[in-house]
Amino acid sequence: MPKVIKNVGCPYCGACCDDVEVTVSDDGKRVLEVKNVCAIGTQIFMHGGDHDGRIKLPRMRQPDGTMKDVSFKEAIDFTAKTLLKAKKPLMYGFGSTNCEGHAAAARVMERAGGCLDNCASICHGSSFLAIFDNGYPSCTLGEVKNRADVIVYWGSNPAHAHPRHMSRYAIFPRGFFTGKGHKSRTVIVIDPRFTDTGRVADYYLQVRQGHDYELFDAFRMVCHGHADDIPDVVANIPKETILEVAEVMKNARFCNFFYGMGLCHSDGRNHNIDIAISLTRDLNEFTKCTIMAMRGHYNITGPGAVWSWQFGFPYCLDLTKKTMVHMNPGETSSVDLAMRDEIDAFINIGTDAGAHFPIPAVQHLKKHPFITIDPSRNMASEISDLHVPVKICGVDDGGIVYRMDNVPIQYRKVVDAPAGVPSDEEFLDAVYERMVELEGEGFI
Amino acid sequence: MSTVTLTAKGTHELYLEAYNVTPDAFAGKTADEIAALECHEGNRKGKLGEYFDIDGNGGDTAADTQIIVKGDCKKIKRIGQQMTAGEIIVESDCDMYTAGWMKGGKVTVKGNVDSFCGIGMAGGEFIVEGNAQNYLGSAYRGDWRGMTGGLIHVKGNAGNDVATFMRGGKIIIDGDAFLHVCTHGEGGTVVIKGNVESRVGGQMVKGDIYVYGQIKYMMPGFKYVDDVEAEAVEGEKLTFAHYIGDLGERHSKRKGEIIYGNIYLKK
Repeated sequence: MPKVIKNVGCPYCGACCDDVEVTVSDDGKRVLEVKNVCAIGTQIFMHGGDHDGRIKLPRMRQPDGTMKDVSFKEAIDFTAKTLLKAKKPLMYGFGSTNCEGHAAAARVMERAGGCLDNCASICHGSSFLAIFDNGYPSCTLGEVKNRADVIVYWGSNPAHAHPRHMSRYAIFPRGFFTGKGHKSRTVIVIDPRFTDTGRVADYYLQVRQGHDYELFDAFRMVCHGHADDIPDVVANIPKETILEVAEVMKNARFCNFFYGMGLCHSDGRNHNIDIAISLTRDLNEFTKCTIMAMRGHYNITGPGAVWSWQFGFPYCLDLTKKTMVHMNPGETSSVDLAMRDEIDAFINIGTDAGAHFPIPAVQHLKKHPFITIDPSRNMASEISDLHVPVKICGVDDGGIVYRMDNVPIQYRKVVDAPAGVPSDEEFLDAVYERMVELEGEGFI
Repeated sequence: MSTVTLTAKGTHELYLEAYNVTPDAFAGKTADEIAALECHEGNRKGKLGEYFDIDGNGGDTAADTQIIVKGDCKKIKRIGQQMTAGEIIVESDCDMYTAGWMKGGKVTVKGNVDSFCGIGMAGGEFIVEGNAQNYLGSAYRGDWRGMTGGLIHVKGNAGNDVATFMRGGKIIIDGDAFLHVCTHGEGGTVVIKGNVESRVGGQMVKGDIYVYGQIKYMMPGFKYVDDVEAEAVEGEKLTFAHYIGDLGERHSKRKGEIIYGNIYLKK
């Protein structure tokens, strides 16, 4: 009889919905039905388990260009040798795996003396830089749900990117001090595009693309008593609107900024976040105000937490010196390393660098050994020298993940992976052991 | 003054981290001893002699040592990093962190430099005859103490993030800069003789920025106050429109008067 598993965490976005109900087949190999989950999360659950579509053995590229199934032992040996031979290997990805996998990867790359980076590098990494410079006055999503009466979405579109974010945490839920749900909240959306999130806004500000920094500055001028000196129009927003919205923020009981790629990846990047943090700090002179990054993948916060604990830096780690860690995005970030052709081996894990990186970067990476560790076929796997299938974290593997507000959640396995397919952690630990063996044998 | 001439052999496949190419490391050493100094290519620790032909001995002290680097240095990082005295002349382009955290002496690059050059500079002189990329004279990530002293002179253009968290010293750029000049500035002077795209003086607390060309988008937080005559570069007395700001940022008081950051835009 099919079994219903309740309170399962969803392995899609950073909102980490943990109220999912999954119905699995008698043999525990297939997901039959999922409830309380968005359309994208549903598809991820449906891909899990043991079925014909799963890749069950590693695939190695042959001299004639075709891919041939090989054993996991061969895949482990190839990966270990590639890492040991390289002067500066790079392992990148980790958005879609668990913290146990992140820790295992760190052990491997520390041993290999390479660079280690996660998807934040092309996502919210610029937020880290701003946080280093200016602090992070943040809160948890529970506090937003229970207290926040003014919600600002700046450069983010949760209606599409985090489908249940507004209903679970930000706008619609009835919290302890927000008993009237969305009726007790004022929603401000600031975005150059009128998105579906913009449709639920009480105030929609169509900021000029790439001029968010100036608009933040204008809001800060209001906080610092220089409202009169604001020009008539800033970033396409009239002065009266700026003053009106600034009053809404100042008079909130609890205001929270959610920001996304619109700030992180328009001109200025980290500086947009930096000034957003400064505005948050300024608003705390009037009310309680917090800020939160709309982290993308369900566990992209995880590598930041794990590696900060292990090495002191959340991403873009250069472990080549082996005795010390160096981090400087712009130099040690994956895309920069690839664009400048600074590395000589590449492992893509739990992401798709083939789809996400600029074409010249992928062309440079492809000159060297290229390995993909991922449950599915993707653009990176199809150009790889080796593709290693692994379990899907959150569906056929459990583990710890960090939600966008840095709250750790224990994810659970709901179905069985195909026999013999390892988790990321198991595969990387085996690679580590093989590296130790090879070093003992005097491989390099 | 003793001169050591390094000629890059071009034997490195990846980028070379030549953090020991400084008068401080070369002082008191013979050519053979210099050849034995460490450098890094990825995770392989090497010796300078493997990557450079070395001619001449170091002087008794760093101040007595001049280093001339010849050959293609486009893929060599960290030349002149943390040097305190002496002189380095690089005859080609060179890569990141050139003259980074420099405390004294002089570095001249006859080509272009990449990003993070002159980062965290505290003293000395750094001349670039070509262009510089991003983060020129900036602070290291997370450090609120950027450039505190010295002079950087770029004869070409610079990229983004010039002089972030600058607290002292002077940067002169003969060409253009793009985004973010002196963001979070707390002192010092930046002179840009060309044009700037935008975000000049954002979140600036204190300091002076002179722009001879145009600022395409002025920060809303800067307010025009008056016209002044000033000498941004020695011997060039000009009239500037004077703006104060950033009015959206904190400012301290001195003798009852609020101290603002200043932008001087040539009239």
